[in-house]
Amino acid sequence: MKKRILALVLLVCVLSAALTGCGGGSKEDSPENRKTANELNVGIAQDLDDSLDPHKAVAAGTKEVMFNVFEGLVKPTPEGDLVPAIAETYTISDDHLTYTFHLRQGVKFHNGDTVTAEDVKYSIQRCADATETGVLQVAAFSAVTKLETPDESTVVITLAEPANEFLSYLTCAVLPADYDRQDTAPVGTGPFRFVSRTAQDSIVLERFDDYWGTPAQLSKVTFKIIENADTIMMSLQSGAVDLFAHLTITQAEQLGEGFTVAEGTMNLVQAMYLNNGEKPFDDVRVRQALCYAVDKQGVIDQAFDGYGSPIGSSMYPAFAKYFDPSLTDYYSHDTARAKALLAEAGYPDGFSMTITVPSNYQPHIDTAQVIAQQLKDIGVTAELQLVEWGTWLSDVYAGRQFQSTVIGVDASNMTARALLERFTSTASNDFINYENAEYDALFAQAQASYDDAVQTAIYKQMERNLTENAANVYIQDMADLVAVRKGLEGVRFYPIYVLDLSALRYAG
Amino acid sequence: MKYAAKRLLTLILTMLVVSFLAFAAFSLISGNAAEIMLGTQATPERVAALEHELGLDRPLLVRYGAWLAGFFTGDLGVSYSYRQPVWELIGPKTAVTLWLSLLSFLLIVLVSIPLGVVCARYAGGALDGAHTAFNQFCMAVPSFFTGILLSWLFGIVLHWFTPGAFPGLARFGSAVKYLLFAAVAIAIPRIAMTVRMLRSTILSEMQKDYVRTAISRGNDRSGVLVRHVLKNALVPVVTFLAQTMAEIVAGSIVVEQVFGIPGLGRMLVVSIANRDYPVVQAIVVILAFWVVLSGTAADLINGRIDPRLRLGGET
Repeated sequence: MKKRILALVLLVCVLSAALTGCGGGSKEDSPENRKTANELNVGIAQDLDDSLDPHKAVAAGTKEVMFNVFEGLVKPTPEGDLVPAIAETYTISDDHLTYTFHLRQGVKFHNGDTVTAEDVKYSIQRCADATETGVLQVAAFSAVTKLETPDESTVVITLAEPANEFLSYLTCAVLPADYDRQDTAPVGTGPFRFVSRTAQDSIVLERFDDYWGTPAQLSKVTFKIIENADTIMMSLQSGAVDLFAHLTITQAEQLGEGFTVAEGTMNLVQAMYLNNGEKPFDDVRVRQALCYAVDKQGVIDQAFDGYGSPIGSSMYPAFAKYFDPSLTDYYSHDTARAKALLAEAGYPDGFSMTITVPSNYQPHIDTAQVIAQQLKDIGVTAELQLVEWGTWLSDVYAGRQFQSTVIGVDASNMTARALLERFTSTASNDFINYENAEYDALFAQAQASYDDAVQTAIYKQMERNLTENAANVYIQDMADLVAVRKGLEGVRFYPIYVLDLSALRYAG
Repeated sequence: MKYAAKRLLTLILTMLVVSFLAFAAFSLISGNAAEIMLGTQATPERVAALEHELGLDRPLLVRYGAWLAGFFTGDLGVSYSYRQPVWELIGPKTAVTLWLSLLSFLLIVLVSIPLGVVCARYAGGALDGAHTAFNQFCMAVPSFFTGILLSWLFGIVLHWFTPGAFPGLARFGSAVKYLLFAAVAIAIPRIAMTVRMLRSTILSEMQKDYVRTAISRGNDRSGVLVRHVLKNALVPVVTFLAQTMAEIVAGSIVVEQVFGIPGLGRMLVVSIANRDYPVVQAIVVILAFWVVLSGTAADLINGRIDPRLRLGGET
């Protein structure tokens, strides 16, 4: 008995020694120390539980972070333009079929190797063939008939037919040809290089000192994965993280003194997507009735405190060139009209429907709840069904077994095609079963035209087609609120879903 | 020795059954790893190709057999989501969860046993009444809420630690300090339960004849309580604590989230959502091992406290 008591006393001593002795270590991770060391902690709500290979990564959250590590021949700017990156200059032949890229001299990969034309060829070929499992095929590359490297620093791409948007797809990451550990230890050419990933904990990036362009300001960035909403707030207030993107309105309002909130857009088409292949949504009148019944501004006011930009088709305002503001109010809130349309379609007393929502996206759940409330006014009883993300992907997205769902659809690159192609009847990702011959014809026409103005006009017609046929009940592009610790500057928003760290710096 | 062999057999059987059940459960729920990995880029062809690469197109029993064979040769496989060896992923997390659980357990034992004795000694008094009410309250408040409260008070207001900045076990002192706050959140409701249990077993033990005899022979109440009654009253409590040990791991899942601690709990939840079987299997086996181990420890300790319990098992 005595021995045991002695052991306990010892243990307590050791513990308290550990607690008091090592409390104030010199390397404490605090905002002040990070500022001195020119380092930054960024909170993200989603782990990079994905392949880190940019040709395989699927999750928007992964691409958002790895944007800082990879570059293509060209890269996007915050304004939505494309500027040369690994390529220094390029020329397009008069027949719009031959693209010649002259590579920048001395661009280095993070492993120290110099980028050659071979690496560029390998990277494009890899995405065109997609024979390696997991590599996602870039459909636009199927038009490539020849891929030549006349010398070390020239790449010539020949297309079968003109494709106006082809250049946008060359943001496709350039990777070293003879490197096979991209999945877990990615190597690119971006302003930051990948250092480490600890599952469900953190991702560390460091400034790449041999970067060809304007070097990043910060020397090290640690992404901390924090899923719990309360913990996010706690981490910001305690000083564990300095920056957090995609906050909710409530969170942003709770932040208090030490932070500024930068407001951008999420660049998502948030809508109640309707299964056009299922009753009752196979009837255009029913879909239109829903569009009249749902008050988008009401949704934005009630669930998002007024933050968010209403939209009327599958295009968001940040794509200014393609966005048609006149579609936003095509269906002004009108319950009487909605009821009339329902009666005409044979549902004078309304009907019951299910809205399937992934349970891990609170903004979409909130939206669905407000919509359900609004639909009551026209006699439609909408029941929310919350499902796991995995189930959503399997049943709703891949299986198309659903009535309606609230979700945000993003664009994988800066083309209208990225948002509009999915609604052509043959698209494998046309999860709403939209089938419209006119729409398909317009899309084919858009692809065939290499005159930018003509193509843009056709894309706008396609957007109008989606609106007129009430393909979905379009709601908004959500506001992206970024909490930034005071003293930090350089947050930049893009028309696509990325978090650019290269311009972030401590002021003064 | 026979006892040890029996225990080992139980351990292996439990792990086999649990791992198979986990394996089978996955085939019942919708969504598979390939679909989730491909996300919104999934097409039937891509899913089929990836399923084939991952070996998901094989029958359940074949897959389980392959996993089992790997397990016994020390190969836990590669995580589907992270494409990293499973042990490399969960090894460090197992250590973190182990320390968190040990700290919580230590807190429970160190606080609840003396407190239980004191409560029993002064049963019926004003202090006991107040404590019973407080105890009820502690049991009712969920750990995650206590966790948020503790983070706010000690982290934001008092700056004793930095919520969200777990230093990692490499800086052991700071790490233990950080974990201690989470351990308190896990321990509070369980301390309350243990105290209540110990109090009532001591009280019922105090009614027994040997206690009356001891007191009538002139021993003082407190002395009898500590020397004789406590030993007898501890047996059910030790069994209960062993269960608690197993529960702590479950309880740590939520608390790890609140404190941002990179332990097994978060990993398990996420891996289930991602249908990342190799990781889930490994964690499930670790947990099963943990549960059986706690049970064994309880049996051994009870054997020391009450030699009568040893007769059945040990020879």
